[in-house]
Amino acid sequence: MLTGLLIIVPLIAAFLVFFLKGKNARIAALGFSVVEFALSVFAWYQFKSDPLSKQLYLNCTWIESLGVNFAVGLDGMSLLMVLLTTFLVPIIILSSFKTDYERPNAFYGLMLIMQMALVGVFTANDGFLFYVFWELALIPIYFICLLWGGENRARITFKFFVYTLFGSLFMLVALVFLYHHTGMQSGIKSWAINDLYQSGRSLTETQQGYVFWAMFLAFAIKMPIFPFHTWQPDTYVNAPTQGTMLLSGIMLKMGTFGLIKWLLPVVPLGVANWGNVAMILSVIGIIYASCIAIVQTDYKRLIAYSSIAHVGLIAAGILAWNQQGVQGALIQMVSHGINVVGLFLIADILFRHTGTREISKLGGIRNVNPKFAVMFLIILLGSVALPLTNGFIGEFLLITGVYGYNAWMAAFAGLTVILGAVYMLRSYQGIMLGESNTVTAGFGELAASDKAVLIIVCAAILVFGVYPQPLTDLAEPAVKTLLMSTK
Amino acid sequence: MIKLIGLVPLFPLIGFAINGFFGKKLGKKLSGGIAVLSIAASFVVSLLVFMELNGIANKSQVVNLFSWINSDTLSIPFSFLVDPLSSIFLMIITGIGLLIHIYSLGYMSHDEGFARFFTYLNLFVFFMLLLVLGNNYLVMFVGWEGVGLCSYLLIGFWFKNTEYNKAANKAFIMNRIGDLGFLLGIILIFFTYGTITYGDVFAKAHTGSETIITAIALLLFVGAMGKSAQIPLYTWLPDAMAGPTPVSALIHAATMVTAGIYMIVRSNIFYSSSEDASEIVAVVGAATALMAAIIGCVQTDIKKVLAYSTVSQLGLMFLALGVGAYSTAVFHVTTHAFFKALLFLGAGSVIHAMSGEQDIRKMGGLKKALPITYLTMGLATLAISGIFPFSGFFSKDEILAYAYEENKALWFVGSITSLLTAFYMFRMFFLTFHTSFRGTAEQKHHLHESPKSMTIPLIILAVLSVAGGLLGIPAAFHGSNWISTYLNPIIMHKNPSTLSHETEFLLMGIATAVALVAIYTAYNVYQKSNVLPAENEKDMRPFERFAFHKFKVDEFYAFTITRPLNMFSTALGKFFDNQLVDGFIEGIGVVVKWLSGVVRQLQTGNIGFYIFSMVLGIVAIIFWSILK
Repeated sequence: MLTGLLIIVPLIAAFLVFFLKGKNARIAALGFSVVEFALSVFAWYQFKSDPLSKQLYLNCTWIESLGVNFAVGLDGMSLLMVLLTTFLVPIIILSSFKTDYERPNAFYGLMLIMQMALVGVFTANDGFLFYVFWELALIPIYFICLLWGGENRARITFKFFVYTLFGSLFMLVALVFLYHHTGMQSGIKSWAINDLYQSGRSLTETQQGYVFWAMFLAFAIKMPIFPFHTWQPDTYVNAPTQGTMLLSGIMLKMGTFGLIKWLLPVVPLGVANWGNVAMILSVIGIIYASCIAIVQTDYKRLIAYSSIAHVGLIAAGILAWNQQGVQGALIQMVSHGINVVGLFLIADILFRHTGTREISKLGGIRNVNPKFAVMFLIILLGSVALPLTNGFIGEFLLITGVYGYNAWMAAFAGLTVILGAVYMLRSYQGIMLGESNTVTAGFGELAASDKAVLIIVCAAILVFGVYPQPLTDLAEPAVKTLLMSTK
Repeated sequence: MIKLIGLVPLFPLIGFAINGFFGKKLGKKLSGGIAVLSIAASFVVSLLVFMELNGIANKSQVVNLFSWINSDTLSIPFSFLVDPLSSIFLMIITGIGLLIHIYSLGYMSHDEGFARFFTYLNLFVFFMLLLVLGNNYLVMFVGWEGVGLCSYLLIGFWFKNTEYNKAANKAFIMNRIGDLGFLLGIILIFFTYGTITYGDVFAKAHTGSETIITAIALLLFVGAMGKSAQIPLYTWLPDAMAGPTPVSALIHAATMVTAGIYMIVRSNIFYSSSEDASEIVAVVGAATALMAAIIGCVQTDIKKVLAYSTVSQLGLMFLALGVGAYSTAVFHVTTHAFFKALLFLGAGSVIHAMSGEQDIRKMGGLKKALPITYLTMGLATLAISGIFPFSGFFSKDEILAYAYEENKALWFVGSITSLLTAFYMFRMFFLTFHTSFRGTAEQKHHLHESPKSMTIPLIILAVLSVAGGLLGIPAAFHGSNWISTYLNPIIMHKNPSTLSHETEFLLMGIATAVALVAIYTAYNVYQKSNVLPAENEKDMRPFERFAFHKFKVDEFYAFTITRPLNMFSTALGKFFDNQLVDGFIEGIGVVVKWLSGVVRQLQTGNIGFYIFSMVLGIVAIIFWSILK
């Protein structure tokens, strides 16, 4: 019931927001998203007292003839992702307070619809439903990018839309294929996740290989993983800041989450045969994107590439398919979500205060606004995974997980430790340090809403870095169960 | 008191937080006072812990704080270990740290970033304490990267200067190269032994195969190379002199850069179980010691001389580790902390008096104006040169004795290093304090001895530099070698010296003679003959110029790593990513568009054409079915 509520509340909120005007729309959106967050915290509380509580599950018939059920539920993994979503959406909304978007009711309404779809993706226990939410999530973000994006938005958004849709269709084919192989004994076809697991595992090696690649393609494009990433930098740079935050903070986790819940447990033989190729792609992506990030001149684009690098490591950890790898991936998904929202807000603040994101034109902002410099530094450290920041917990577990898979892979994946420091410190030096110039001298004070978001992000970075227990408690048992079921 | 060991890092953390949040509002007196007090409190607790530890039978106690990272069998608590090794480092860090904090009150008094300086310095002490107190490798790693961060912040303390920022970035990135090795080493330890807690790992260490042990030892050593500035990861340390001088004293001489030695002594069982790894450590150490000493002989910036001297002395410590003289290395860490901190603080006092001048060619004759600095630095110079009975004599000779026993070539390199050390130190000393003043008249007018807050730490450190040898008087002098006995419990495979006392005395004699010759040479050249190091590069001999340019190693790295990486990345981004990968994707779009353009031609809207093609189709189907 609670889970159903988590899906329905943003939808209702979206409709209500749609009928509001001007500033009321964003204040209402913020209010609703905070309510949603409170609701998810309540669900967490429920989960803590009884992980199998009926409150957390909902299963009703949707399309009987096809065996489709509206089945949603919250296990540790889903809960972690839902909490990430409900935590980030209010922050993202708050981060928009200094930007006046046209038709704010549509903008915030779409954001809330997106939230509904994301919660749906993370909680669906039915293959059909999963696919519906998966595609549903694409529509609002498509419009957000298209209507409120930058210069080249039409072309870039179109590419992003077609590219991801293209991948998703492969997933649809794979899901239908799996569906047709359910109920071999009973004769009753079903989309229920456990039936799909069974169906997938009963396939021949070759069939599993096809299913693996079809699904992997969809997830790989969404994350994105090298070489399916070329839509990402342009889209991230051109989308409005909040759109970029939704994409990188939450939406890309659909892909990694999909790997964990909807791919690796489904076709173990496919993974055994092809996982190494996917792993190699992921690891190449880490180094590849890090290198390109080093030479970026636009700060937003630099973060876009750094996100490809980070997500490559997450994917590698998942593909290692051991406790440290998958658990690290889940924790890093949360950390990356938080940190990348902070980084994109910084890019936005830079642009709003100076009119540019070109690193070479900036410099010396630290002289003008030392507090901003400190918060920037903390977020940067989180993202280069310094110990006692949230990024370290995930990164350490991920590299450990990959090491368990193959030591050399871990050594290459570990290069992110060095390269990440290179591009992050260089950009920090270029933007914040040195003498201030005409562009940056008038940087001024931060707006209260920006300050609030940065403080929340910094606090989360430090708190989860020192005390990751809350994240671990959710991720550890869930991953253990999942791994047990595939052994 | 040991139960309260958490207080030791907690005090600096509190100091950091107070100064970090309110530093500017507090004013210099209060913020400086809080910073100094926090370290003083931690020093007192450390001292009490140190004394209490002596009363405990097994000399080691674990204090659990909280559970940190858990993932199935990998469980990493945040816990501390108090034992002889960590307690010695505690004393060095809080003791020297306290003196340098006091010194900084005077040295930084005119700086607008006063509170920020102490914020960073307190944070550094916090992380350094975590590094030595951790009871498992990951807590050590926390401190390890934490001190790296503070080092980055303090090298780039004057952040308006681009060169300083570059030096800071270089330090951080080079350290990260080492850190990756360290991290992989930790992970390998976990997969080999199922735990990363010291006690459990060391108890099971012998169960690993020799290849694995060597791999672990070398991976950890890569980490040590970064932090302790060994070949090939040493070039950041001389550049790190961009930071304020007390930072050079505390972080880049006395404490942080010795973390690599701490780590290897802590993990000594891996090194004593792997001859290959030990040999590599010894060779790298010896090579670094020699190379840095040569460069030190031609530098003209007083801090650069000391920086290369630090690299060189660290090399000697690794040489000691490589020949299995673990407690000796710690002994040298300790004495080096005394005299090198003193040398840097003295240099700071000189720079302070010279209004920021660091070039020894422009100094000279400062002994009259700076009597206390002159005297204390003189004692430190004698100590580092290994003159009896100053502290450096005992620790260095012990290293050389062990090296002699293990491998005569290593001993020879070590002795040459000592010779060069005595030479470049006295070269610096004579050029700075003796002969006549070569600076501007304005500088001369400004010359003054530093305030008490700066000279008192100098005096205390001078006493320690003179008497520090008492910690390890060898048996040859009828001493008990306290430090070696004290560290005994943590050294897994003992390596007692088998040298006869006669040989030991002979080695000492040689070392002393060598040092005296070097000092005499320096005296002859720089004091008596008044020779000045060349102002102009053209006046240098080829090798001298090569050494002056630090053997062009930075240029070599730029040429082989930095520039290729940049070029590769640019090509990757501009060409490969944009043209090939994305071009392929865009190409699909173009092809689809083209195809639909072609196919669209068929939709002519002419009904006659449609009927005609329908008939063609029917005929084709009929033919096909007949033929089939």
